Amino acid sequence: MGQSHVTTFFANARLIDPVALTDGPGALLVVDGLIKEVFDGPAEAPKDANVVDCGGMCLAPGLIDIGVKVSEPGERHKESFRSAGRAAAAGGVTTMVTRPDTLPAIDTPETLEFVERRAQEDAPVHVLPMAALTKGRQGREMTEIGFLQDAGAVAFTDCDRVVSNTKVFSRALTYARALDALVIGHVQEPILSEGAAVTSGKFASLRGLPGVSPMAERMGLDRDISLLEMTGARYHVDQITTARALPALERAKRNGLQITAGIGVHHLTLNEMDVADYRTFFKLKPPLRSEDDRMAVVQALAEGLIDVISSMHTPQDEESKRLPYEEAASGAVGLETLLPAALRLYHADMIDLPRLLRAMTLNPARILGLAAGRLLPDAPADLILFDPDAPFQLDRATLLSKSKNTPFDGARMQGKVLGTWVNGTRIWEGA
Amino acid sequence: MTFRHRHLLGIETLHPTEITTLLDLADSYADHNRKGIAHRDVLAGLTQINMFFENSTRTQASFELAGKRLGADVMNMGMQASSIKKGETLIDTALTLNAMRPDLLVVRHPHSGAVDLLSQKVNCAVLNAGDGKHEHPTQALLDALTIRRAKGRLHRLSIAICGDIAHSRVARSNIMLLGKMENRIRLIGPPTLMPSGIADFGVEVFEDMERGLKDVDVVMMLRLQKERMDGGFIPSEREYFHRYGLDAAKLAHAKTDAIVMHPGPMNRGVEIDGNIADDINRSVIQEQVEMGVAVRMAAMDLLAQNQRSARGPQEVMV
Repeated sequence: MGQSHVTTFFANARLIDPVALTDGPGALLVVDGLIKEVFDGPAEAPKDANVVDCGGMCLAPGLIDIGVKVSEPGERHKESFRSAGRAAAAGGVTTMVTRPDTLPAIDTPETLEFVERRAQEDAPVHVLPMAALTKGRQGREMTEIGFLQDAGAVAFTDCDRVVSNTKVFSRALTYARALDALVIGHVQEPILSEGAAVTSGKFASLRGLPGVSPMAERMGLDRDISLLEMTGARYHVDQITTARALPALERAKRNGLQITAGIGVHHLTLNEMDVADYRTFFKLKPPLRSEDDRMAVVQALAEGLIDVISSMHTPQDEESKRLPYEEAASGAVGLETLLPAALRLYHADMIDLPRLLRAMTLNPARILGLAAGRLLPDAPADLILFDPDAPFQLDRATLLSKSKNTPFDGARMQGKVLGTWVNGTRIWEGA
Repeated sequence: MTFRHRHLLGIETLHPTEITTLLDLADSYADHNRKGIAHRDVLAGLTQINMFFENSTRTQASFELAGKRLGADVMNMGMQASSIKKGETLIDTALTLNAMRPDLLVVRHPHSGAVDLLSQKVNCAVLNAGDGKHEHPTQALLDALTIRRAKGRLHRLSIAICGDIAHSRVARSNIMLLGKMENRIRLIGPPTLMPSGIADFGVEVFEDMERGLKDVDVVMMLRLQKERMDGGFIPSEREYFHRYGLDAAKLAHAKTDAIVMHPGPMNRGVEIDGNIADDINRSVIQEQVEMGVAVRMAAMDLLAQNQRSARGPQEVMV
């Protein structure tokens, strides 16, 4: 190898391979930002390489997080590309797929270019922006899907707003199909779920909070599946959180529709009871579900029916959370807690590490058509080194996000990111 | 005496012995009120602020009278009109009031959990006078005292709660209180006005009023809010009255000595026949109002006692 090449050798690693679904000792050679070679078992470092001794810790592809809200433009006091980028690096997220539900919404090539420029300047990780599916996320007219795609939009979504007009939605899906553009939707019957703060049931009634039946999610999914059958579009469900929606998803996949599904890590690890005495940091959209629902979606994840785990990172300032529950804003930050929260499922023996990581690496990469998310030659060297067992108690004040609205404040967690690399360059070194 | 709370936010956190303690004290206040025995020393020198973010005449008057009978300095603040419109947050309002150093804060708010939130930000005793669809503890306590005085006990009674359970904080607090005191609770109403998950509440649910009222000791009617009446939750007022309004024919299914209750204000001819409401042999509605003052006196007395012991011995004024 010539002098001009930058070569890094990751020695003594426990390789978590989301493609082969293996977990074992190995080593990895990175040259010029790309993975060059993967070694099964111990291997000798090339003479001129920088050696990273992994100390037997887990080496895996960096996480790809679909649905990160960076509050630029509009609410930079909640989160900027700089703060989100640092939080992502610390959390092992090497690709943030950002949401367009900003102020204003990212619905023109011009605003998209602004986002790309800000990301380029300030974020150390890859930022792939999504654009709105309809103008202003109003659900009335589709955006310039072609121009936006040319400008770099990787997917089209109105985020947590459902396009309730089926005519508008079916046309947008049809138009997107012609461009092979990915559409991401929030499945929810919009009228039934209007005004809801929690999932209906005993807890909602005891707290006197407006609830939505978990059935509203299935109704939304059923509608969208019908529209996919009609239009043939490529569709990803942002979050499937209820047991009752799973059979419909399974059937749609079996019938060959181009549908995939994600879930936020909070819905995999928390349930409605965590809201307890009106703790607004647990107010999410969709709301946290019953324990039965949580167990069902964890199983669906382990079986591969649910493809993707996201942080659904949603920064909110203290003012928008320190309100009566119904009035408080929804959402939680998650870039830095995505991995340790997801590892709770591994520590509870509900899923093995390669399958867990696949939902945060290979699967989102496949859905978005990225080369990342794999430990294979020629894949970009977006890597994380982590100790899955390291215990810690989360103190929200230590988060790098500008907003500290995490439901895990004070929680005992396991799993620390020791290092994060993007294109072979180290951007984070953890304790 | 056992009543170990800083605030009275709901029935959920009260132990049955605490409920009994409070009712015993309220019972004696009720007797003294009738005899005209004054207790102006109990809350003398204390400031009570009534903060009502939602319209109320009866509850506010009841709290005001209770405070005055015990010698507190009472101030009423109608919050719908003032700072909310100016965009002040609930917590800022709380902090502002807290700086005025009140001793007792009586709060009603249209959002569930709002009183709880406010109580975390102040260092005086907070009494929940109704928060959204969550709790209305003093109403449940005054209902309990009324039942206990009419029936001679507050356990092993069969009690029907009828009407709009879903939107009622009165129903929630009553279900909890009467359940804790080991009564049989029946909920009667159209399924559109039943809260979700009701099967897990340890109550019996009836859609047919006559079957539900069979052999009960207490019939508790709830107010049907105007905005729920037309089309949304029930087809019409007249169909509701026909199926769920309490009249003599339906009441005949209850025990012959069953009492009729209503938290007020009543919609005569919607949820209750005027003749039943006025029947002095059956209706204890006026007694409920009377017990309301006594229960609120007892609650404020107990909270003030706890506050005094928490604050330690008072400085001697020279």
